[in-house]
Amino acid sequence: MKIENIIEILDAKVYTDVPYDHIEINAACGSDLMSDALAFGENKGLLLTGLNNPQSIRTAEMMDIHCVILVRGKEPDDALITLANEKEIVVLRSDHSMYTSCGLLYCAGLTGDET
Amino acid sequence: MSESLKQRYDVSAHDFASAGAASAAVKKTLKQLGFPPDFIRRTSIAMYEGEINMVIHGEGGVADVEVLEDSVIITLTDQGPGIADISMAMKEGFSTASDSVRELGFGAGMGLPNIKKQSDDFQITSELGVGTTLVITIRT
Repeated sequence: MKIENIIEILDAKVYTDVPYDHIEINAACGSDLMSDALAFGENKGLLLTGLNNPQSIRTAEMMDIHCVILVRGKEPDDALITLANEKEIVVLRSDHSMYTSCGLLYCAGLTGDET
Repeated sequence: MSESLKQRYDVSAHDFASAGAASAAVKKTLKQLGFPPDFIRRTSIAMYEGEINMVIHGEGGVADVEVLEDSVIITLTDQGPGIADISMAMKEGFSTASDSVRELGFGAGMGLPNIKKQSDDFQITSELGVGTTLVITIRT
């Protein structure tokens, strides 16, 4: 799934300057706890989280995740956006809850399993 | 690569904003050296989990990284309070982290088990009041 499709499905706002036209997301994971994401989020291109601090970007960086979506309408702070731009990780904001954000993407065909 | 490459990083205690910087630097080095992506990812995750532990539990410390031709050896040494029961600390879900650490997204009790999962060899030694040392080996 293209990131522009994800933006449309979630009516998400983009916060980074990172180009994303070429990025294809094949699977996603969702967690507010980065330890869980690090343990169970292997081979996912997308992380949905309510964790609004730079460690969500650090976690994505370590796991080769291309895009982080902050759910529940959380507005990313400058430190998070700066680090994301530096690491070329796309940051989006969804006003939906974690449950609804994941559900909308799942129904659109983006599952938790890499295909 | 005929000789090993050795790097040392200082990890500051309670400096949550810069936690992960050493792991990011190692990841960049491994990429530049052309190691396989899966190896780089496993190394990055294992070191990052260890680095976070040093920041939130270990009062900071030192990360020594030795890159060999087909493996990396990461030695993380902290000056923290030590681990009273290592076998409990290795169980998934066991954590002594405070609520404030959990609010920062960590302390799920998955760190040490995940380091072991990502590594090919994992040694942990700890002494109360002295500190904890992890030696993590990951092979291509």
